[in-house]
Amino acid sequence: MKKTKLPRTVEEFMAYAWVMEVEASDRYAELADLMATHHNREVSELFAKLARIEGKHRDQIAAQMGWTRAPDAAVFRWETPEGPETTDFGDLHYLMQPWHALKLAEHNERRAVEFFERFAAARVPADVRAAALEMAGEEREHVRLIGEWLAKVPPPEPGWDEDMDPPAVAD
Amino acid sequence: MNEIACNAAPAPAMRGPNDYKSDVKPVWCPGCGDFGVVNALAKAMAKMALEPKDVAVVSGIGCSSRIPAYMASYGFHGVHGRALAAGAGLKVARPDLTVIVTGGDGDGYSIGGNHFLHACRRNVDMTYIVMDNRVYGMTKGQPSPTTEPDWDSKLSPDGTGLREFQPLVIALTSGANFIARGFTGDPNGLAEIIERAVRHPGFSFVEVLSPCVTFRPEQKEWKKVVKADALKPTADMTRAARRLLRDTGFELGVLYAGERPPYAPRGPRARRPPSELEARFAL
Amino acid sequence: MQHSQDPGAGQSARSVSVVLAGSGGAGVMTAGNMLLEAAAHAGYCALMTRSSGPQIRGGEAAALLRIACEPIECMEDRFLVLAAVDWENVQRFNAEIPLGRSSLIVADPDQGEPPDVFLQSGAARASLPLKKIAKSVPEGRANMVLLGALAALLGLPDDAVARAVERTLGKRPAALSPSLAAVAAGRAAAAEFAARFPLAPPPVTRGPRWLLTGNEAAGYGAIKGGVRFVAAYPITPATELLEWMAPALAQVGGTLLQAEDELASINMAIGGSYGGVPSLTATSGPGLSLMVEALGLAVAAEIPLVVVDVMRVGPSTGIPTKSEQGDLNIAVHGLHGDAPHLVLAPNSVADCLGTTQWAVQLAEALQAPAIVLSDQFLGQARAVVDRPAELAAGPRRVTAAAGAPGYKRYAVTPDGVSPMAIPGTSGLAYTADGLEHAERGTPSSQASDHFAQLDKRRRKLTAHEYGPLWADVEGNPASDCAIVTFGSCTGPVREGLALAAADGIAARLISLRLLAPLPATRLLAALEGVKRVLVVEQNHTAQLYKYLRAECDLPGRVSSLHRPGALQFSPGEIRRHLAEWSRE
Repeated sequence: MKKTKLPRTVEEFMAYAWVMEVEASDRYAELADLMATHHNREVSELFAKLARIEGKHRDQIAAQMGWTRAPDAAVFRWETPEGPETTDFGDLHYLMQPWHALKLAEHNERRAVEFFERFAAARVPADVRAAALEMAGEEREHVRLIGEWLAKVPPPEPGWDEDMDPPAVAD
Repeated sequence: MNEIACNAAPAPAMRGPNDYKSDVKPVWCPGCGDFGVVNALAKAMAKMALEPKDVAVVSGIGCSSRIPAYMASYGFHGVHGRALAAGAGLKVARPDLTVIVTGGDGDGYSIGGNHFLHACRRNVDMTYIVMDNRVYGMTKGQPSPTTEPDWDSKLSPDGTGLREFQPLVIALTSGANFIARGFTGDPNGLAEIIERAVRHPGFSFVEVLSPCVTFRPEQKEWKKVVKADALKPTADMTRAARRLLRDTGFELGVLYAGERPPYAPRGPRARRPPSELEARFAL
Repeated sequence: MQHSQDPGAGQSARSVSVVLAGSGGAGVMTAGNMLLEAAAHAGYCALMTRSSGPQIRGGEAAALLRIACEPIECMEDRFLVLAAVDWENVQRFNAEIPLGRSSLIVADPDQGEPPDVFLQSGAARASLPLKKIAKSVPEGRANMVLLGALAALLGLPDDAVARAVERTLGKRPAALSPSLAAVAAGRAAAAEFAARFPLAPPPVTRGPRWLLTGNEAAGYGAIKGGVRFVAAYPITPATELLEWMAPALAQVGGTLLQAEDELASINMAIGGSYGGVPSLTATSGPGLSLMVEALGLAVAAEIPLVVVDVMRVGPSTGIPTKSEQGDLNIAVHGLHGDAPHLVLAPNSVADCLGTTQWAVQLAEALQAPAIVLSDQFLGQARAVVDRPAELAAGPRRVTAAAGAPGYKRYAVTPDGVSPMAIPGTSGLAYTADGLEHAERGTPSSQASDHFAQLDKRRRKLTAHEYGPLWADVEGNPASDCAIVTFGSCTGPVREGLALAAADGIAARLISLRLLAPLPATRLLAALEGVKRVLVVEQNHTAQLYKYLRAECDLPGRVSSLHRPGALQFSPGEIRRHLAEWSRE
């Protein structure tokens, strides 16, 4: 497993956080497209909304850091296959309900919390630790917000993944 | 077009992975592993700063063979099983292009099997990415050469009873110069493997485990079974062969990075005017 | 056959066509299949085709059905009902779903407006809150509600619908009662539309009927003809034929072998047949292109073989899910050299059985390859048909009995058929060869042997007595007009001609079943006295028209009505064309 290089400065650390949001947002946008192609409008719109939200987080970080160009984040790599907030393509189902999508989002936010808490607990300079704790706190708030959203969304009905029709052939 | 624009704009000359994707939306099922390949391929191309206009993605027939339309590079969606032949022809006629051949296990190892063997022998400098889901997806679920012997299907009830095709073994013994295995659930690892494959001279073969959510939903378990970085590259064929004897089919990484010179036409070459050939006929 | 093109509300019709559309797991195909089966149980004949988007799951889909009192072989000019669970990209099917003023669009008001392209037809509209009704039934589904509503619209009896639902969901009893409840809810909700398009009662006496696709019929026909070995490589739209045959062959003592590609499958079938076992493979255009070399081998070595080509739109990869009659050229002319062989074409779903069986019989008797030109429409349409008539058992492969030395595998006999030695028979060992050969079978480069063998191979086909199956000859024998066609064009032409009777137009109809060798003498006899011939076919370059004109001197003025896939001709189109043609 590749080890994530520990950030030595707040600048480096916030670059990780920024990339995380970029990847999360881009992934949600891709998922919105692919669910739309499969006529799952509700979930497509939900993913599009999540893409916008993550996009805002991304922009907030850039604004906070006063960046005018993308930070060079090529130096590190995730320990997990993809970023902590990035949804795995394999977790989708063409008939998935908004509840499923929000559960995935909640999972993403929780992993983000853990990611930042690990940095805070690691051997990093004090200002990086402070930044990590702050980010962890923000992600916890995101978890809470998704939780509220989830509460408003009906749980999936039994048989949500039943399609009476067999797969179609296109070639 | 992704309307989520990044306010912190990238440096002018640099392209991001999204610049390597076309605006055609894939029709693959949600959950399909092939999405990961598009992203990994785009990421690899961006990392290498390739010009999309100088890249050609060549494919055959099948779900994964739809990839050319989803990339911003030039694409060739040919007939079933012949992508390697088309790709070889393109690369030999136009050695300046980066040729990437893509397809599935059915297209590549069944009808394309003969061409696979000879592409490894011929060692033309191109990269072959096979998205292996161990099934014929596009025609609704028949066994492919890499399907397990007891997998039940309508065309082969109770399974084929046949030993699975071993793509890495065939590639090694036939002379492929670079052999690797990736997994769509590890797109960053796959992007690195693809980059190394494209950079490596000669015929580079990347077998990619790519789960089929519709016809092989049990392949969701693959992410628990794969071992990243389990293969370490060697230039020694014997070592690579011994390594393959222990292969479970789920170890990821680069198995072999050889030193065979890539295919090049032999003998002296020139650029004389055609009329000089008349000397052969003139009495 | 009578048709009500514009029935008044409540007036019963002998034929009604409906479409179910929807996307993303709505289950419209399943509901369509149940409606088809319900019609079958209620005593009707029916035909169903399907269209879908490029997605493998969750895409937009449409089930197109025609239900009638009499057997039917094609779709009508207009659909009376377009019922949609939702409108996601359904307009992509608009060319296949012609509507008119007497049509009804049934839709869920919560799913938005139907696309303009359907509204422009002037069809009436009816609202049915399918999703709400489905929710009111525990585990109810919108497609089942729709099924109930359509059953009400058409006047299909409850028990027929229930039987269809039970048969489909029998393996999942938990789904059964919610589905029946949803169907009942749909019926109740559509009460105000009840019997809006009632079907006339079906004939009281009717022989046994079957429910099957053309691909299944062909598979069964092959087995009836004696096929016991199949080599298979999947390709749309032939895969189901092969998948149907896998367990069927096992049941009758045969075997199916999955090949790595079409080059393998055709050569495997040839190998099996060389061994004495009637063999078959099935494919579509791209696969047939790969097989032509081996077909030449079967011609030269005189090995019986049947290849079913379920034609799809070409050229090249084309449109795999749509029908076209574009492979006539390659079927007849695709082999290099002079390589006469058999080409046949079934002309309806039911006829796929008899024609494939006949193809096997002919291939075996004449020791030659036979290409059966089916197509995607016939192959994949699900039809309720009168049980197909039995084909008489035909002559079998002439085999050589163990005997005196000096056996000549390719002896030049009067009828051109030389007894074939089956491996395992003592004293008759020979080597089958694609190389030209002498009578003994040994390779020969002598012009005289080449001529003798070419002549033998052609003569055995042209001298054969094919009997009445060579074509369906119908219509008014006194008419001086004739229509010649083949395959799935036959259905719309038959019906179009029947409609044209009302316009005072009569013609003979010849639907060719034997395309190669072309039975020119019989064709000309059937056209005796004809002054005008119309050749109808579904391809871009009038392949049949050119073939017929090349092979024989058709009488009078010959015209062509040809159009490529991916749309079938409709009876009304044929009728209109016949009216114009008769005025020329």
